[in-house]
Amino acid sequence: MAETAEALADTQFEFITFSAGGQSYCLEITQIREIRRWTPVTALPHTPQDVLGVMNLRGAVIPIFDLSARFGLGATPANERNVVIVAAVDGATIGLLVESVSEILSVDKSAIQETPDIKSEATRNSILGMISVDESMVRVVNLDAVVDSEKGLSA
Amino acid sequence: MSVNSIRDTFFEECEELLEALVEGLAQMEDTSDDMEVVNAVFRSVHSIKGGAGAFALDRLVSFAHSFETVMDKVRDRALAVDEKLMGLFHRAGDHLADLVAAARDETELDDEIETGLVNELESYLDGDTAVEDFCFDAVTLDFDGPQIDLGGEDPVSSARVFHIRFAPSRALYENGHEPLLIFDALAEFGSLSVEADLSLLPEFDSFDPADAVLSWQLSLTTSEPETTLHEVFEFVEGLCALEIEMDQTAGPQAIELPEPSALPDEAVSPTPQDTALPQISTDVPVGVTSAETLTGKKPDPGQGKSTTAPATKELRGPKPTLRVDLDRVDRLINTVGELIINQAMISQRIEELDLPTVAHLTNELEAYKLLARDIQEGVMAIRAQPVKPLFQRMSRIVREASDATGKKAKMVTVGDSTEVDKTVIERLADPLTHMVRNAVDHGLELPAERTEAGKDQTGTIRLSAAHRSGSVFIEISDDGAGLNRERILAKAMEKGLVPPDVEFSDPEIDNLLFLPGFSTAGQVSALSGRGVGMDVVKNAVHALGGRVSITSTPGKGTTFAIVLPLTLAVMDGFVISVADQTMVIPISSILETIRPNPRDIHVVGTDSEVVSVRGSYVPIVDVADSLGLGQCDDKNSNGILLLVSTEMQGLTALRVTAIHDQRQVVIKSLESNYAAIPGVSAATILGDGKIALILDPEELIRLAHAPGHDPFAQHSRMELRHG
Repeated sequence: MAETAEALADTQFEFITFSAGGQSYCLEITQIREIRRWTPVTALPHTPQDVLGVMNLRGAVIPIFDLSARFGLGATPANERNVVIVAAVDGATIGLLVESVSEILSVDKSAIQETPDIKSEATRNSILGMISVDESMVRVVNLDAVVDSEKGLSA
Repeated sequence: MSVNSIRDTFFEECEELLEALVEGLAQMEDTSDDMEVVNAVFRSVHSIKGGAGAFALDRLVSFAHSFETVMDKVRDRALAVDEKLMGLFHRAGDHLADLVAAARDETELDDEIETGLVNELESYLDGDTAVEDFCFDAVTLDFDGPQIDLGGEDPVSSARVFHIRFAPSRALYENGHEPLLIFDALAEFGSLSVEADLSLLPEFDSFDPADAVLSWQLSLTTSEPETTLHEVFEFVEGLCALEIEMDQTAGPQAIELPEPSALPDEAVSPTPQDTALPQISTDVPVGVTSAETLTGKKPDPGQGKSTTAPATKELRGPKPTLRVDLDRVDRLINTVGELIINQAMISQRIEELDLPTVAHLTNELEAYKLLARDIQEGVMAIRAQPVKPLFQRMSRIVREASDATGKKAKMVTVGDSTEVDKTVIERLADPLTHMVRNAVDHGLELPAERTEAGKDQTGTIRLSAAHRSGSVFIEISDDGAGLNRERILAKAMEKGLVPPDVEFSDPEIDNLLFLPGFSTAGQVSALSGRGVGMDVVKNAVHALGGRVSITSTPGKGTTFAIVLPLTLAVMDGFVISVADQTMVIPISSILETIRPNPRDIHVVGTDSEVVSVRGSYVPIVDVADSLGLGQCDDKNSNGILLLVSTEMQGLTALRVTAIHDQRQVVIKSLESNYAAIPGVSAATILGDGKIALILDPEELIRLAHAPGHDPFAQHSRMELRHG
């Protein structure tokens, strides 16, 4: 029994799915530290619109990105169901504002498809792959792309 | 433990050893015949060599070896230390530090200096080794005869007999050394016989298994020189009483022995150690007598003591310390920062509750606050380090600078045990180096000029550190000629840094030195003219939240004073509001606050404003505007002006909406999770748990003066959205 579980862990991935800008996205569960209710942030000067500001996460100052705006889908409208997904990437901790979190998705590695050769390079970079779930499609967010281009811009 | 972490440990230890080395050399200047100091220096070099050998850092090993050999001569009183040799030692020490740094960073060093130094070092040896060789030759000749008489079958014609008395101290075992291994090493050089001296063995009842009671008497017949034997004992030096003597009277002694026939067997025959070992056990019952008879001399307890005395002194060593990963300390500091914030939040919440009788609760809260502050101070103290190593590094700068300029200078340090945050120390190294170099290069006069002025030929650079009212004061002063104000002013005018025909007070002229692009030296010297001016020093000190000032008395010298915060983890700031945001601005940067009279504010050009402060016009920078938050909403109120002094724009008034409070805030980096933001140095968490940005006045003003700063921000925003 334990062996099968281990074998499963090798090929099985767990994702948390959420919606941003009306589209369905997901992040691998191991990248996510916690999910928090939205609280007002402190705005930062001289930053792009999709950087909402910084938030106090138990003493750490973490930047909050509006994922929808980041992907060019317009600012996320204020809503009670809005949550912040706190994720770790490259040793830094960041927060992503999304419209709502849906479910945990457990998929086989083979079910993750590569991003097809779509026109926009920016979009292709920001997405690691796609998973199809009951007729609909979930995009796997590339966190590095969210952070990196950001750092590059404001540095 | 990986090889890398062992390597890291080695380099960490090297740092400490180099510090000890520099300190020892400094002490040698005063008391060159104090053998303990010389020993300490020797040990430092030697330990570096030993460690470097383990990592196959050949270059480091060979240089350390040359250095050490000369040092050894001094230790043996075979070489007297004069000024010239002292200078060489200093330079060799500097180069050793360079080599260690090069080995650590895996960079290559210029060979030239090294070759020069090694040659110089060896020149001290040459004369000496010649004498030594001569001695050896003479001795060998003496020995040829007796040797043949003794063995007859001895294959090594130049073999000599060494008698070694080896009495380990307890510390030898505690340091993990093993006599057997040393004997093994000796046995490789020739034939060895070992006898245990059990005379000190106590009664069984009072036996302490951890104590060192055994000593050994060894006889080694070998053709190796005595120095080779010393090398075997190198690593237990100071941990044992050791006497090595060459058997000058091998012949007569052999006769003195009760059983002459035993000597060839025990001492001369090429018996490997495995046969010598059993001998130890068989000799046990009669060990005491046999040990005595073999040398024909009683082990002198007094002599043994005299050799171990310095060793025990060394073992007492410095206070025990703990090596801790800096990350752990930083985490602790962060958590304590949280505690402080949490305490502020609780206080605020309880106040909001507006309870009717809260007297006892307030007392408890007050106690909580004090405890939290205590913990914070305690944790900060962990990061604090004495400025001593930093100051010691400066002695090298003084040396190099005086060598290069032909001036004579000595460095005096005061208060080098003053403790400052580690980060502050690290970031202070560059500006301090520059200032010290300047002090020698520009501050001190040439020896001839000094004599003329009735001063000692050797100039003094004085470095002092002290704690005063929650700040660290560091002063760099020289006893040179003082600033040449006329030349400074002329230079500043010539460079167009100041308008001509303006009267300047003396301190104002002195401060011109800090203007960017200012260099007083008639010609750019190789030393100070490295494209770094005093403005860079000022910037570096500002970046640490400090200030630098200058005072000078003609003919007496110049003093630069740096005032720094004790730590970079907390800061005193004004809580202000800008537009509708709460922010913090460091108090250290603010000269004064003004609630301006609208009459004093004048518009210049289309949108620039100035305020008249006691007769002079000071430009106003709107903080909200500079940060791209839009202008202050209520223009008519004119807000509050904070007067700051900057090197770029001189006096500038920052306009903010209001000042709320003055408090100590915990500094949180923005860069660790995001990126640097122009005009903002860091963030902090206020009592309500919200984040407030800490402003960087210098940068704010720069932003405001950067042409079209705001459109640029807009532009990048647009780009990003569509990118």
